[in-house]
Amino acid sequence: SIAKMGEKEKKYDRQLRLWGDHGQQVLERARICLINVTATSTEILKNLILPGVGSFLILDGGRISGEDAGNNFFLDPSAIGQLKAKVATELLLELNPDVKGDYTEEDLNQLLDRNPQFFQCFTVIIASSLDVVTHKKLAALLWKHNIPLVTCYSYGFIGYMRIIVREHCVVESHPDNAHEDLRLLDPFPELVEYIDSIDLEKMDKKQHSHVPYLVILYKFLQAWKNEHGGQAPKNWKEKKLFKEKVLQGVRINEHGMQEDEENFEEASKQVNTALVESKIPENLQQIFNDAKCCNISENSTNFWILANGLKQFVQNNDKSSLPLRGSLPDMFSDSESYVKLQNIYKTKAKQDIDLLTSYIRDFGAVNGRLSDQEIKRFCRNASFLQVVRSRSLSEEYENASQSILDGLISEGDSDAIWYVMLRCVEQFYTNFSRYPGVKADDIDIDVTRLKNCVQELTRSWGVPGLVEAMSDDYVQEICRVGAAEIHSVASYMGGVAAQEVIKLITAQYVPIVGVYIYNGLKSTSVSLNV
Amino acid sequence: MEVDDCDDGARWSGRWNHLQKILERNGPFVHPDFEPSPDILDFMLNSCKVLVVGAGGLGCELLKDLSLMGLRHIHVIDMDTIDLSNLNRQFLFRQCDIGKPKAEVAASFINKRVKGSKTFSHFCRIQDHDSSFYKQFHIVVCGLDSIVARRWINGMLISLLEYDEDGNLDPSSLIPLVDGGTEGFKGNARVILPGMNACMDCTLDLYPPQVNFPMCTIAHTPRQPEHCIEYVKIFQWEKEKPFGDIAIDGDDPDHIKWICKAASTRADEYGIQGVNYRLTQGVIKRIIPAVASTNAVIAAACANEVFKLATSCSIPLNNYMVFNDTNGVYTYTFEAERNEQCLACNNTPRNLSFKPDALLREVVDFLCQDNSLQMKSPGLTTTIEGLNKTLYMKNIPSLEAATRPNLSKSLKDLGIVDGQEVIVADVTTPNSLRFKIKFNDDVTSS
Ligand SMILES: [Zn+2]
Repeated sequence: SIAKMGEKEKKYDRQLRLWGDHGQQVLERARICLINVTATSTEILKNLILPGVGSFLILDGGRISGEDAGNNFFLDPSAIGQLKAKVATELLLELNPDVKGDYTEEDLNQLLDRNPQFFQCFTVIIASSLDVVTHKKLAALLWKHNIPLVTCYSYGFIGYMRIIVREHCVVESHPDNAHEDLRLLDPFPELVEYIDSIDLEKMDKKQHSHVPYLVILYKFLQAWKNEHGGQAPKNWKEKKLFKEKVLQGVRINEHGMQEDEENFEEASKQVNTALVESKIPENLQQIFNDAKCCNISENSTNFWILANGLKQFVQNNDKSSLPLRGSLPDMFSDSESYVKLQNIYKTKAKQDIDLLTSYIRDFGAVNGRLSDQEIKRFCRNASFLQVVRSRSLSEEYENASQSILDGLISEGDSDAIWYVMLRCVEQFYTNFSRYPGVKADDIDIDVTRLKNCVQELTRSWGVPGLVEAMSDDYVQEICRVGAAEIHSVASYMGGVAAQEVIKLITAQYVPIVGVYIYNGLKSTSVSLNV
Repeated sequence: MEVDDCDDGARWSGRWNHLQKILERNGPFVHPDFEPSPDILDFMLNSCKVLVVGAGGLGCELLKDLSLMGLRHIHVIDMDTIDLSNLNRQFLFRQCDIGKPKAEVAASFINKRVKGSKTFSHFCRIQDHDSSFYKQFHIVVCGLDSIVARRWINGMLISLLEYDEDGNLDPSSLIPLVDGGTEGFKGNARVILPGMNACMDCTLDLYPPQVNFPMCTIAHTPRQPEHCIEYVKIFQWEKEKPFGDIAIDGDDPDHIKWICKAASTRADEYGIQGVNYRLTQGVIKRIIPAVASTNAVIAAACANEVFKLATSCSIPLNNYMVFNDTNGVYTYTFEAERNEQCLACNNTPRNLSFKPDALLREVVDFLCQDNSLQMKSPGLTTTIEGLNKTLYMKNIPSLEAATRPNLSKSLKDLGIVDGQEVIVADVTTPNSLRFKIKFNDDVTSS
């Protein structure tokens, strides 16, 4: 049947091909809170409004200055002196009539003190240019409620983004180069039965040249195993030999010449990718060992209930195979053989889904909570599940991550240095209530003061020698840009942060954990698990 | 700072504060040529001319970014009109703009929103302008989805290079080309200094040609829903002419619905599942997924490079950056290398080895299929005994008919001798390319 395409479906067509109708539905229900209007933060919001996020609320009591109107596409110079939040809301809403938006000039600190439940209705909170005390207060509150906080700003040529999320579970991580799930080394009975019923010798010329490579590889694998004590080809040398054997399977015609059989060529090419052992990947093993997977209760989320079901599935079977993915790559074949093979995989995948479903039925409380679609999606993505957990902001500030420190010492010019510099800028702001180098006359003295901040911070980290290893150039650059927010960097970060927010909302694709630094001086970037 | 500006509302206190910190102060990471001065902003605002090629996903972002970075003399060129499916990312367009020219709507929005901007729109093809047009710009930025158009612009900027009698490049003739491209969550940004570093054609292997399904699969052994859709497109449409004698219009819902239905019927015959409207349109239009965020990132990376090139405030990207945010956020920066064989940016003719009895058709096929050439419809001419001779010309119907028989003739029979120079024209470049045919009995091609 041909689906009638709605206007909305047409408008969002290009992105629906990335996250599907179900991803779009979740996005359209999401509520975003944006704290502080900057060029960076309105760009983030723009890139959420365009794809159709549900609603947003801007929190900012500040008024538009001349320089605000100079670098922000969503602040109008004719409105200088008016509320930033109001003007930005109006201009942003023009982008997409599907999106609802509002603003408030309430003070963030007062809300945090007097009305903390204000923040609980949001899916994700985005913040820009917060002082460190407020940032910590906000982060602690959201951590308690497991609401993701994305902090993002631009500083000269440097962009900064921090994602603070206690736990984020991804079912559809959409890996770029995943192995197919073919089970040639540990075939299921229905596959064995089907392939055993095929006799390559008895086929006519046309049939023989159209046998799917899967069948060919399986047949030759059995022959190989018979000659090698039941072992499949293991190392590179054996696989090379095996490939040659497969190629020798090409029919010889009455003139003693090899027939042109593309399927055998394809079979030999696919040896390395098709003959892979089924095993539980590292990421999944960790999920199985997670306390949340082991102790399921009524309060468990669907993800953990399904993960628990998956764990039982694996334990009750052969301890190494997951539910069959059920998809078959395209391969040279006649239509009938291919579709037949495809149906065998599909049927088995369906059985596995039913089996997993039976395990989670034991949890009476979950009846009706999980749709068939959701269970199916979980099974299909079983080997790609990801659980992302960042450190909290207080952990980051109280206990510097060792991996970052090691990186800074071993690699003198890593972009991680910019993370250190921005931490020092925060300290500078705490000490002097302004950013270094905002006024040209202050640059020299601010360089000295900022250097002191660097010394203090690195001393508190207990890394002697770090200050010496860092060139003064970084301090100089930070002071000369004087907290300028240039639009190219703001727009870059606006794109990056918006997509991370969409990942957090849709639970598709994998967000970064920790800090992301963009270095516009060199067009490089780095992710740091701070 | 004095800016000569007569537009109302374009001057206000503090407007350029952010940029002035970057342009009027010295720093440790600036380009060696950089001398901080208010003159730089003055140049940006009043003199610097930039061409933005494409007013789509990247183009809209580029116009915003460059205008807010102080560039006011921007030209934008695009031959497309606005479609509903653009609105999820091309943020200068609204529902009521559907059907209007992208370049015009984008330019007028920018001029309205960014006070003092004088963005000039060109609703036409890039080929409608000649070198005198392209010459006027300081920098060209491309935000295109077509490789052919990118190669054409690349060839144009290379043709503008001037050399003195010693072969030294006149730097004033060099127009930097900044290029961006996106596909879903992946993208790239690069800086091309024509004649100095790797050009678009030097790195053609970064853009592998579209792979088509084998014809026998489509005709006889379909296995995927895509095979069934291709079948309807290639065979059934032509045969049944459901809407008369017209070509398929991927934007006409009636066309797509008809193809979808016919493909579903074929799929059912073979037990194939998965034909639906979205997939059908995707296959017919060869739709590339697109999202606002990736366009914003890549356009911003390009705008940042334009800013560096225009002001010398930092060292430009050398010369290629890739971006991918499917798993975390990943970037990789590297120096793409020049290809000594590149026809677009090297002046010496390239040798092509063929047997003397090779058919002209083999030469044409080679020009289209070779990964480093990837031509679309090459036209070949040469000089034989002092006379110009057209060997094959595809784009002009009368000439095509007249020269078609040559395709089945051997090079020898056509009068081509060893070392013969052949001039080739193609849509991928505004310039004629020179090849030398080398006769070789062992090899079929170089
Ligand atoms: Zn080149």
